[in-house]
Amino acid sequence: MNFNRMLTMARKEVIQLRRDPRSLALGFLIPPLLILFFGYAITFDVENIELAVWDADQTQTSRRLVDAFVASGYFRVDRLTRYPAATNALQTGDALAILAIPRGFAGDLAAGRPAPLQLLVDGSDANTATIAIEYARGITSAFSRRATLNGREIRPAVVPASRVWYNPSLESRNMVVPGLVAVILSILAALLTALTIAREWERGTMEQLVSTPVTRLEIVTGKLLPYLAIGLFDVLLAVGIGTALFGVPFRGNLGLLVAMTFVFLLAALGFGMFLSAALKSQVLATQFAMVATYLPALLLSGFIYAIANMPRALQLATYLFPARYYVTITTAIFLKGVGIDVLWRQGLALVALAAAAIAATVAVFRKEVA
Amino acid sequence: MSAPASSGRDTDVAPDSATAIHVRGLTRTFGDVTAVDDLSFGVREGELFGLVGPDGAGKTTTLRILAGVLAPTGGDATVFGVSVARDPEAMKPRIAYMPQRFGLYADLTVRENLDFYGDLHGLPRGAERESRVERLYRFSNLDPFASRLAGKLSGGMKQKLALSCALIHRPQLLLLDEPTFGVDPISRLDLWIILQEMLTEGITILLTTSYLDEAERCDRVALLDRGRIVALDAPRALQADLDGRAFEIRASSPRAALRVLRECQGVSRAAAFGDSVHVTLNQPAESLPASLRQALDAAGAGVESIATLRPSLEDVFMERTGG
Repeated sequence: MNFNRMLTMARKEVIQLRRDPRSLALGFLIPPLLILFFGYAITFDVENIELAVWDADQTQTSRRLVDAFVASGYFRVDRLTRYPAATNALQTGDALAILAIPRGFAGDLAAGRPAPLQLLVDGSDANTATIAIEYARGITSAFSRRATLNGREIRPAVVPASRVWYNPSLESRNMVVPGLVAVILSILAALLTALTIAREWERGTMEQLVSTPVTRLEIVTGKLLPYLAIGLFDVLLAVGIGTALFGVPFRGNLGLLVAMTFVFLLAALGFGMFLSAALKSQVLATQFAMVATYLPALLLSGFIYAIANMPRALQLATYLFPARYYVTITTAIFLKGVGIDVLWRQGLALVALAAAAIAATVAVFRKEVA
Repeated sequence: MSAPASSGRDTDVAPDSATAIHVRGLTRTFGDVTAVDDLSFGVREGELFGLVGPDGAGKTTTLRILAGVLAPTGGDATVFGVSVARDPEAMKPRIAYMPQRFGLYADLTVRENLDFYGDLHGLPRGAERESRVERLYRFSNLDPFASRLAGKLSGGMKQKLALSCALIHRPQLLLLDEPTFGVDPISRLDLWIILQEMLTEGITILLTTSYLDEAERCDRVALLDRGRIVALDAPRALQADLDGRAFEIRASSPRAALRVLRECQGVSRAAAFGDSVHVTLNQPAESLPASLRQALDAAGAGVESIATLRPSLEDVFMERTGG
């Protein structure tokens, strides 16, 4: 391995990058744009649930109950006068849930009898439905306590003291932004390098290049270096956008994040370069990179769906994707502020993936035409 | 004189210290196609050696194997004593290879391309580099275009830049694949001036060409046809072999002349050549034998003139391949 030859390759790559608007945009413009866009768009918080209310009781008490739903902030209430209109709203999607208050609701309550209510929920989106039911249960139980006790106090037998750590306000954005950095970089890194080696084969420059003493490892590492720098820049920019614009806390060590990002990028960029060397076609390599990183980064990284809930086979598959470790790393460093003592396992896994990607690239890359 | 079509393991040049390239039984197949078939020849140090033949003759494949960018499927070749089959990397610092397709970076400038290849070969930046670049600029007249992108150069200038990049690290062997293909006559002349200059410095040059006038400039040529050598010698010697055997016949009916000549005894080959017929005899003769003349007249060819022909390499090639 000749260090100067590696730097020569890197310098050439930088010159070409500078003159290639497409790669420049992909490297410098798209990541911050995506972070901005998705930072605002993606939220896992359930708010503004459309609730159709059919109030057959039409009493002060029933109206107070409906007001409690409005006051919670979780529901947007639409009062309907006929029951069929309410079920229709559920069908068309205009409402996610229907609250039906039967005639005699206030009377039952006043008489100390159980006062039934009906909540119909659209369960097509199970997560949102569950959360909506929980909200409704909380509101109705608070309402019934006030109604039955009339200000008297009772002491519950069990008092759970819940405290939420790391993200006390439970804002999903605090988790989304650090995770997004990982997801976006996973996709982008492979796309950037998927072009590099294939381009030289397609343009005919590789034939001349491989007739020189430059080694395969020098070509591969030299080509990686500039993209490594771009990736690091993107992450630092994302930290800036996340903290300054979205108010996401950054509690960890920036140096640790940079070090972890370095090995993560080697693995992700190395994978793209492997595709480029193996397929020798820019179109093919880009398509493969897209398929092999986009969905796994989104679905198998733990960013959207908890890995613990996946079938065993899928869980095992997640270990192959750098995104899985990096999502854990970014959220942990941003929100928990933990150090290498906690993240060393993820770090080691990324080192192994990076080494495997580079070794595989060198192995499939032949200094030979045809 | 010349190597027979299938010469086995023997080559005309003994592998000694003065041999730059020594090829023995070199073979390369691509699936069912044999691109290079049991090739054997040698190139002496300081020699200008030409591989000549039509498209598909195996010229490019041979050159790629010798440049260490393609592995042979059979046989071997040594370049400066190093086997290209076993250790294709070892001789790369000493050689330069110029592929037929423009192999430089179109999005790098002239100077950036030169520096890239200079850096790859470890040529120190500074006075030595500058004087080297200066000299290559003088040869190629590329100085005014130093900061122009290579992709924006004309075809001739591209080839001159490619040759300059090949020469930046002072290689001892130049492997050039059709270096003047698609190049304008002026640039072609420039390229040849550079090559002649390199030869006076003792650099060995192996090139492929399909231009016969260029082949005639070579010290020796190997005529290739379908992966095999059909003749190998100095161009003059190959032509001398046909001296006194080739005639040009102008006739009012070239087709009739051709038909009858092909059936005559003592005729090695007859071929239409424009509106005349070229005929090659088995034996040298002062003039066209009377028996042939009679046959032509009998067939009503309407002979207008008969002249002896100064044989070209093309005639040699046609004669050897029976084309």
